[in-house]
Amino acid sequence: MAYVGYSLILILLVLAFLILGAAYSVWLERKVSARMQQRKGPNRVGPFGLLQPLADVLKLLIKEDIVPSAADKPTHFIAPVIAVTVALITLAVTPFAKVAMPFTEGTGGWLVIANVNIGILYVLAVTSISVYGVTLAGWSSNSKYPLLGGLRSSAQMISYELAMGLAVVSVVLLTNARFSGESGYLTPGAIVEAQRGAWNIFVNPIGFFVFVVCAFAEANRAPFDLVEAEQELVGGFHTEYSSMKFALFFLAEYIHIIVGSTMITTLFLGGYLGPFEGLIGVAAWPAWAQVLWGLGWFSVKTVFFVFTFVWVRWTLPRFKYNQLMDFGWKRFLPISLANLMIIAAGVALYIAYFSGQA
Amino acid sequence: MPFLLYTGISAYVPLFLLIIAGIGLGFLLANLSVILGPSRPGIKKGLTYESGMDPVGTGHERFSVKFYLVAMLFILFDIEVVFMYPWAVQFRQLTQEFGMFPFWEMITFVLILFVGYIYMYKKGGLRWA
Repeated sequence: MAYVGYSLILILLVLAFLILGAAYSVWLERKVSARMQQRKGPNRVGPFGLLQPLADVLKLLIKEDIVPSAADKPTHFIAPVIAVTVALITLAVTPFAKVAMPFTEGTGGWLVIANVNIGILYVLAVTSISVYGVTLAGWSSNSKYPLLGGLRSSAQMISYELAMGLAVVSVVLLTNARFSGESGYLTPGAIVEAQRGAWNIFVNPIGFFVFVVCAFAEANRAPFDLVEAEQELVGGFHTEYSSMKFALFFLAEYIHIIVGSTMITTLFLGGYLGPFEGLIGVAAWPAWAQVLWGLGWFSVKTVFFVFTFVWVRWTLPRFKYNQLMDFGWKRFLPISLANLMIIAAGVALYIAYFSGQA
Repeated sequence: MPFLLYTGISAYVPLFLLIIAGIGLGFLLANLSVILGPSRPGIKKGLTYESGMDPVGTGHERFSVKFYLVAMLFILFDIEVVFMYPWAVQFRQLTQEFGMFPFWEMITFVLILFVGYIYMYKKGGLRWA
């Protein structure tokens, strides 16, 4: 059970990374949005305003926690806890690197918290729980704006989950089609390993596009941030939240951005794989160099997508609600279903006519 | 077989540890400002926000039946998606064994699904304007 000890270290590192990463994503968002609007953004607390997130957290911590007297108090308390917990535990099955070290012996060589064979299903299951946090927050506040915000968000999230699930099915199909012999792999580690040679973004570009848009919708980010459309719904589902509980929803949103970026990276951009690994001969490097190489590429891709989330928010206007639902049900669901069928046809034809295995 | 698959319950131990840590952290953070912050409740402060006016009626207004409809449609289609996972993970073996048959079988399934989708479309289940 030595690997449980290693996993504990990794768990602490991942939790610290997620919370700090979320705080600094807020900083990044404020800086980038400021630059896009020709402002300077936070620059008073610390160099380049780098200590701004810490100052914000400190301020939120010592503010009064106001609970509306009409609210359903236990539910009102539990909603932000659900939101942040779900965001924190999604990263459990994402591999950060693959290398043979004592640290990774218990997990099949992957630097991952838990290498379980349900893998990607765990991610899908956990992300769908996040709907509860938002819906319960909206309902329990016993106020009109949060109720509407919560309802909108639950309808939106479940609509886009369908297309997202279908995009993941196409990735799973491609993954198992590329291994010879046994199959049945659902672990993200195997999905990344299958992308040696060609990343899924090149093999399955439509799936990539569908998944990225759905990741935006799942994280309730612009252009899908109807949930907190300020002009219509004040603050949306967290109108009645203050101090640290409000901060938890904020934290959850930014952790969702980070986790969404890691999922896009893992499923479509080859996760920890760098370009031309075979040519450079990475497999012959010492273990520490391989870990740094893997972690480096994983971080670069993830940070790029975190930046993309911010970039899109300050570029595209918000959808109308009927457009949003139409987009999910009438465009993305048929497109991702057709994409899956095309990929299945391609794989089947390849096996039947080109590989001679049929 | 290229990788080891971890099927035993011991592979899930770190997962449970992370879930426990996540829940603990959530409760801790949610309680921090309750402990650290001041507490000066007031009657006006406890009112729900309604653009500065006194709230009118209950906060739990009736809302459109459309939202229930979306939830039901979601369950229907999500189950179809779940059916596709076992098919997708075994697709290569199935094709090697039975040729194009597993592919046409899924096409049939999707077409039946599509008939339901068309019905829903025509009935106005997706009309939001």
